[in-house]
Amino acid sequence: MNLFRLFSRSQSAPAARERLQVLLAHDRASTGDSDLVTKLRDEILRAISKHMQVDSEKVSVKLERGIQVSTLIVDVEIPFDSARKAA
Amino acid sequence: MGKVIVVTSGKGGVGKTTSTAALGAALAQNGERVVVVDFDVGLRNLDLVMGAERRVVYDLVNVIQGEAKLTQALIRDKRVETLYLLPASQTRDKENLTPEGVEKVIASLKNAFDWVICDSPAGIERGATLAMRHADVAIVVTNPEVSSVRDSDRIIGLLDSKTVKAENGEPMEKHLLLTRYDSARAERGDMLKVDDVLEILSIPLLGIIPESMDVLRASNVGAPVTLADGRSAPAMAYFEAARRLRGEILPVTIPGEKRGFFGKIFGRKAA
Repeated sequence: MNLFRLFSRSQSAPAARERLQVLLAHDRASTGDSDLVTKLRDEILRAISKHMQVDSEKVSVKLERGIQVSTLIVDVEIPFDSARKAA
Repeated sequence: MGKVIVVTSGKGGVGKTTSTAALGAALAQNGERVVVVDFDVGLRNLDLVMGAERRVVYDLVNVIQGEAKLTQALIRDKRVETLYLLPASQTRDKENLTPEGVEKVIASLKNAFDWVICDSPAGIERGATLAMRHADVAIVVTNPEVSSVRDSDRIIGLLDSKTVKAENGEPMEKHLLLTRYDSARAERGDMLKVDDVLEILSIPLLGIIPESMDVLRASNVGAPVTLADGRSAPAMAYFEAARRLRGEILPVTIPGEKRGFFGKIFGRKAA
C-alpha cells in the first residue's frame, strides 16, 4: 500500500457513528408513520388548490434530516395565469 | 422449566447460525440440556453448521403439521449428549409456521430442556417474528458496521413490541453479541468500536466475538466453533458469553486489543 495514502487517510469510524446517530433518531421517531412526507404533500397541495390552480407534478415536498433540526422544503411552481387569478 | 432464547439480528450474514450453534454447544458442554431450533424454513443451515445435515428425517414443519412427533424430529448431537437439534424444513415455505403450532412446540421443548435456543431467519417477516415471539431472552447479533447496527435497532424495536412478553407489559431481556470484531481496525479508526455500538443500541453486552479463520474452519467441518477448537479465540469468547447467559458476572475483554509492539508492526494474525 502507498505509504502516503496510509498516513493521510482519515478515520472513517467517526463518520459511521455520526451518520447512525442521526439516522436512528429519525428511524425511531418515525416508526409507524413512514409516509409522513406523502401525507404532508397531499395536504399542502389541497390547501394551495383552494386558492390557485397548481399542477400536482410541480409540487415537491422534501424532508432533510439534521442532528438538531430537520428542514421541510416545499417547492411549488405557480403558473403565471393562476397567480393572477388568485390576486 | 427451560429458558427460551432467540438469536436474531435483522440483517443476514452477521453470524446468527454460527452463534446459535456455538452458544448451544457451550451450554451443553457444561452438562445442561440444550436444544437449538432452526426457524429459517426454506433456507435451513443450522443442521449444516452442526454437522447433522445427513441425519435430518423430520423437521419443525412436520411437527407443527402433526406429521411427526417432536421426539422423532429431534436429532441428538454425536459429540455432546445433552445437545439436540430441531431442524427447519428445506422444502416447505414459511406459511406453514403457524403461531399456535410454534407456541405448542416451544412449550413442549421448554418442559424437556434447560435451554431452547431459536435461530431466527434474517429479515422482519413471519419467520423472524415467530422465532422471537415466545422468547424469554433475546440475543441481538450485530457486526460493527452501519447497516447491521441499523437493522439491530429495528429488531430491538420489534422485540419490545411484538413478543408475548412485551404484549404482557413485561420488559424483554436483550443482550448484544458483537461478532466479527476486528480490534486492530477499530483501533485504527476504521471500524465502529465496542463503545460506539453500545452507546447507539444501548443494550447490555453479552460478548465480543473476534473476526477469525477458526469460525469458517469450524463450519467447514460441521462443528460448532466451541467444539471444533475450544481454545481458539472465538470459542473462548463464546464460552464466556455462555457463562454470562447463565447469570455469571464476568468482565468483557476485547479480544486482541492488547497486542505488543511487534504485533502492531507486523499486523494482525487471524485470531
